[in-house]
Amino acid sequence: MPGVSMNKVIKKYGDVQVIHGIDLEIDDGEFCVFVGPSGCGKSTLLRMVAGLEETTEGQMHIGERNVTKLDPSDRGVAMVFQTYALYPHMTVKENMGFGLKMNGHPKPEIEEKVAEASRILKLDEYLSRKPAALSGGQRQRVSIGRAIVRGPDVFLFDEPLSNLDAELRVEMRVEIARLHKEIGATMIYVTHDQVEAMTLADKIVVLRLGNIEQVGAPMDLYRDPDNKFVAGFIGSPAMNFMDGKVVDGGVEIPNIGMTVPAPIATAYKGHDVIAGLRPEHLSIDPKGDALTVDLTESLGGVSYAYLSGATGEKLVVEERGDDRVSEGDKVGLSFEPERMYLFDAKTEQRIRG
Amino acid sequence: MNPAIQAMITMIVGIGGCIVYFYGANLLLDKVLFPAKGPNAGRNINRANMIRPWLFLLPAILALGLYLAYPVFATLRLSFLERLPGNEYAFVGFENYTKMFAEPKFTEAMINNVLWLMVVPAASTALGLLVAQLTDRLPWGNVAKSIIFMPMAISFVGAAVIFKLVYEARPVDVAQIGILNHLYLTFGGDEPQQWLTIPFWNNFFLMIVLIWIQTGFAMVILSAALRGIPEETVEAAIIDGANPVQIFFKIKIPQITSTIVVVWTTITIATLKVFDIVFAMTNGQWETQVLANYMYDKLFRAHDWGMGSAAAMIIMLMVTPILVWNVYNARKEMR
Repeated sequence: MPGVSMNKVIKKYGDVQVIHGIDLEIDDGEFCVFVGPSGCGKSTLLRMVAGLEETTEGQMHIGERNVTKLDPSDRGVAMVFQTYALYPHMTVKENMGFGLKMNGHPKPEIEEKVAEASRILKLDEYLSRKPAALSGGQRQRVSIGRAIVRGPDVFLFDEPLSNLDAELRVEMRVEIARLHKEIGATMIYVTHDQVEAMTLADKIVVLRLGNIEQVGAPMDLYRDPDNKFVAGFIGSPAMNFMDGKVVDGGVEIPNIGMTVPAPIATAYKGHDVIAGLRPEHLSIDPKGDALTVDLTESLGGVSYAYLSGATGEKLVVEERGDDRVSEGDKVGLSFEPERMYLFDAKTEQRIRG
Repeated sequence: MNPAIQAMITMIVGIGGCIVYFYGANLLLDKVLFPAKGPNAGRNINRANMIRPWLFLLPAILALGLYLAYPVFATLRLSFLERLPGNEYAFVGFENYTKMFAEPKFTEAMINNVLWLMVVPAASTALGLLVAQLTDRLPWGNVAKSIIFMPMAISFVGAAVIFKLVYEARPVDVAQIGILNHLYLTFGGDEPQQWLTIPFWNNFFLMIVLIWIQTGFAMVILSAALRGIPEETVEAAIIDGANPVQIFFKIKIPQITSTIVVVWTTITIATLKVFDIVFAMTNGQWETQVLANYMYDKLFRAHDWGMGSAAAMIIMLMVTPILVWNVYNARKEMR
C-alpha cells in the first residue's frame, strides 16, 4: 500500500492563492486526518489528491508514481463524499460496480468484488435497492462500499459523517476505524470535527488558511501544541486562554489574580504572553473569590463551570466528584503550574520553557 | 363614453365583483350557514372548512366548464350532425367520420401528422439537450442560450414568414434573397428550387420551423434540469473512470429522464396542434396537409361543420393520452 507525498503543493484560483506550498508525507497504510475550520483549504487539498482540482504548482506522489498531472481515475484513489454522491438511478449493486464496469472489468469479477464489499459493510440485503430507499447511514455505507470495490491505493473521505445524526455518526466512526484495520489501506479523511480527528487518526494535519499549522499524532497535538491555534482547536471543551505578563519567577495573570510559577527564560521578562489552560487540568478552589460562576452545565459524570474573572475573560473548568459549584458562586482556581502552556501574545507561537 | 373610462369601469366592476363574491361568500359561510359558536361550534367549523374550497373554486369551475368543457361536448354533438338549408340539422350518425376517413386529403393529413410527431419532438428535445450541455460551462454560454431561446418569443406565423424568406426562390438570373437557394446555387445547384413544393421533403422544411422554435424551450428546461444534478455524482463518476460521453449518457441523462419526458410530451402536444406554420407557408398544398389545417379548411372554408367537428374530435383523441401522460410526469417531477 503506497503512501502519499506532497512537495510544495500550491493551489491558485486565478490570482487568489488558497493553498500555500504544502509539504506532507503520509505513510503506507496510515490514517491521516485533515482538520481545520471552514475555509482552511482541507477539502481543496483532498480534492487535489483526488485530481478533482488541478495542482497549480508543486508535485504530488502516490507511492512511487508522480500523479500531479494524472486524471482522477488513473491515480488509484477512491473518494467518499459528504453527500454520498450515489447514482440515484442505479441499484446499490450497480452503484458499487460502476467504477469497475467503466474500467472494463469482466462481469464475474465485478460480482465477486461487490459481494466481498457488501459482506464487509453488511449491505447484502440491500443490493437490489435504489439509494432513495436507504437511510442516511446505509447510503454512506454504500458510498464506502463503492470505494472499497475499486481496490484503491488511497481512500479519500470528504467529511463523510457530517450529514448523519449524532448517534449514527458515532456508529459509522467506529465502522470506519474497523474498516481501516481490516483493509489497511492509506486513508485521508477530512473533517472539521476534532472528535473524529482524535479518535480516527494516526496522524492529524491541522490546517488554517491554506497552511499547515502542525502535523502529528493525536495525543502529541493535544499534549504539545506548537501554537495557540492548534492548542485551541484540539481538545473539547477548548483550551482557556488568558492574557498574562512574564514577571520574576513566573507569569502574572490578572484575570485570576495569580502569579503562576513557570520555568521561563529571563530574557522574556516583561513580555506579553497568553496563558493556556485546559478545562480538565483546572479545579475549583472554594477558598478563593477571584472568579464568578456564570453558568454550569451538568452532563452527569462531569460538569462544566463557566467562570469569568477580574478582567472579564471567560474560562471553563471541568468538574468531577460530588462537590460541584453552582451559579453565582465566588470561587478561586487551582492547578498544577506545569500544565500551563504559554504562547507569545504577538506571534501566538508556543513558548517552551 | 371614452373607451378608457369604459375599460376602467369594466376593471373596477370585475375586480370589485370578485372581491365582493369571495368576501361575501366567506362571510355568509362563517356567520350565517355554519357560525363558529353555539353548541355545534366545532362541527360547524369543520363543515365550513369542507365547503370553503369549493366555494372559492366555483367561479373558476364555472368559467372553465363554460369555455372548455362545454365546447368539447358541443363539438362532439356537431360531429354527428349535418347542416341542412334553412338552419336545420339532421342526425347522420358516423357518416361525417366515414366520409372523412375516405378522403385522401385526410389520410395525407394523418400520415403527415404522424411524421411531424416522430420528428419534431425528438429533434427539438435532442437539440435542446445538446445545446444545454454544450453551453453549460461556457463563459458566453448564456449569450448563446439567449439567442437560441429567442425564437420562442416569435409567433408561429412570424416564424413562418421568416422561413418563407429562407426558402424563397427567384429566377436564376436574379440575385437570390432566399439563403437556402443561394447556398444551393453556390455549392453547384443548377437552378433555384421551390423548396416548399417538393412533395414529402417539403414536410421537413416546414418541421424545421417548429424545431427552430421549440429547441429554445427544450434547452431552457433541460438546462435547468442539468444544473440540478448534484455535482458530486459527476465527480464520483470522474473518479470511477467514466469519460465525458459516459458521464453524459450514464450519469446525467438518467437523472433527468422525467424532465426529458415532460419536455418531449409538451412539444408533442404543440406538434399535434400545428396549424399556423402550415397555414401560412403552404396551406396544405403539395402534400403538406396536417389535421389542424384540414379541420380549418372544413370548418371555415367549406363550412362543413359536421366534418370539421369530426376532425377536431380526432385531434382531441390523439392529444388526450399524451396530455394525461404529460401531466402525470410533470406531477411526478414536482414531488
